[in-house]
Amino acid sequence: MDWNLLITQLMNGLQLGLLLFLLASGLTLIFGIMDFINLSHGSFYMVGAYFCGTLVVTTGSFVIGIVGGLIGVFIVGALIELVIARKLYRSDHLDHVLVTFGLILIFDTLVHMIWGSAGMAIPLPPVLDGQITMGSIVLPTYRVLIIAAGLLVAALLYVLVSKTRLGMLIRAGASNRTMVEALGVNINRLFLIVFALGATLAGLAGMLIAPITEASIGMGNDIIITAFVVVIVGGIGSVKGAFYASLLLGLMDTLSRSYLDDLMKLVMSGDAAETAAPAISAMLIYILMAAILAFKPQGLFPPAGAK
Amino acid sequence: MKLVPSNVSGRIYVVLLLILAAAPFIFESIKQPFYLDLLSRALILAIAATSLNLILGFGGMVSLGHAAYIGIGAYSVGIASYYDFYDGWLHIALALGVSALFALITGAISLRTKGVYFIMITMAFSQMVYFTLLSLSEYGADDGLVIYQRSEFPGILDMESSTGLYYWILGLLLITLFFVHRLVHSRFGKVIVGSKFNEVRMQSLGFNTYRYRLTCYVISAMICSLAGVLLGNFTSFISPDMIGWARSGELIFIVIIGGVSTIFGPVIGTIAFVVLEEVLSKITVYWHLIFGVMLVLLVLYGKGGIHGFLSRWDTKEGDES
Repeated sequence: MDWNLLITQLMNGLQLGLLLFLLASGLTLIFGIMDFINLSHGSFYMVGAYFCGTLVVTTGSFVIGIVGGLIGVFIVGALIELVIARKLYRSDHLDHVLVTFGLILIFDTLVHMIWGSAGMAIPLPPVLDGQITMGSIVLPTYRVLIIAAGLLVAALLYVLVSKTRLGMLIRAGASNRTMVEALGVNINRLFLIVFALGATLAGLAGMLIAPITEASIGMGNDIIITAFVVVIVGGIGSVKGAFYASLLLGLMDTLSRSYLDDLMKLVMSGDAAETAAPAISAMLIYILMAAILAFKPQGLFPPAGAK
Repeated sequence: MKLVPSNVSGRIYVVLLLILAAAPFIFESIKQPFYLDLLSRALILAIAATSLNLILGFGGMVSLGHAAYIGIGAYSVGIASYYDFYDGWLHIALALGVSALFALITGAISLRTKGVYFIMITMAFSQMVYFTLLSLSEYGADDGLVIYQRSEFPGILDMESSTGLYYWILGLLLITLFFVHRLVHSRFGKVIVGSKFNEVRMQSLGFNTYRYRLTCYVISAMICSLAGVLLGNFTSFISPDMIGWARSGELIFIVIIGGVSTIFGPVIGTIAFVVLEEVLSKITVYWHLIFGVMLVLLVLYGKGGIHGFLSRWDTKEGDES
């Protein structure tokens, strides 16, 4: 067994899981509290990467890129909430699908118009471009940073949701929106904050991954589906559920892609395993989703009292 | 159904049908064979949109993964041809069988849930098909698969010429429309529409709505796979791209601009969609932007789609189909 490879793969899985969490935590709150399906959540991921990339390239500072990018995505998210999403909270889910599908087209084309069709590479500062050596194990610094940042945000979000007044309102909103409104809470402001915060988290995920993959048009459109699966598996409206489901799916997806063929070779011929393994690992997270839904149609951790 | 409807929208549809039947000759006489291709593609999409409208418009099941069944149909042709089976009936049987089985399994799981969950689960399952096809290197993976020879139907209309294929498409579309019309107006259809508006009431009337909806979902998937068979034959090249979730989104868009819960709505919607795509993409490379803005405006301000617009012309509310 190659321990180095295993550890690298575990790190990759953890990294994917935490990125998924950044996307899914916003999605699940927007679903849970506003009952709004935002297919274009992946666009915030893309916009975040482009904002950050542009600032890094022009100012040369990675920190300015991240901070400025976060502020930019927060503003974009707030604008979308104010101009479009707010008008549709009470309408049909079908309307949400259509509008946010339209928004994807708009965002993708705008990015194309502003930054061109080629992707944008984001240079890393030399400090982050190196490697960390622990005994015989070598880890890229930047990947360690992504994981640390992801865990930090998860911890902050935990404190925000479970210890603050805003978090209390968020949890109450996910359980019973009408009751929160009846108690005199300024629900419009709460919705605005949740939406923009969700967008910012998605933008952060995009900024963190972009130095590795580079920013490109439509980069959010594939990972967002996995984030939807995370939301379904974790239970709509539950940040805790999103956290566990992200790590589970991230690790499972990464590990199955690298180890499933070896495992299957134990029970079948090498050729058959080589052919079947990629297909099965591509399906694995969806099979898991189906299995969990068959037993728990509301996901693993539905918010208390949610319907 | 009267032969010549008395309302304005009905008359427009009759004229449209006559034009469609004569289309190959019209385009040939004006030396524009390209338009026949465009129309063929539109009518294939119309079959798919009609199948989606059956569950979305009449059944209230918003599926964001219907393009998966187009993919199943197209790959039934592609994979069978890859092994040198060119019999068209085999292709159709394969498409219907596989799509029915896949719809039965995924529908059984998705229909246990409602609303947001249903939308996301159908999308996730179609994405599963997408990634599975993407990982099958035997069948071209993301490079796609070329279909060198169209499905063979010995003794019946040959698909090899573009006119022959066009009449296959038009014929299947008409059969689909007639079938959906009959289905929606049958007892089965009443239960489906009834459970869209009030499922609890239908249940208390003694209907097992879950079974009815699942059956409807499977039927819709099978019709959609036929569109896939035709599309595979039409493009001669298939790839996982044709079933990405943007395609499913387009199908919903088509159903909406045509007007949901109407028999002809999806046909009108598809023609409008294909024409728009063709015209806008000639004007600017950034035509998706116009599309997106239209979608947003449509939802915020326009209701009922084109069919709704035509219906408003009618002095009295005519037969909805």
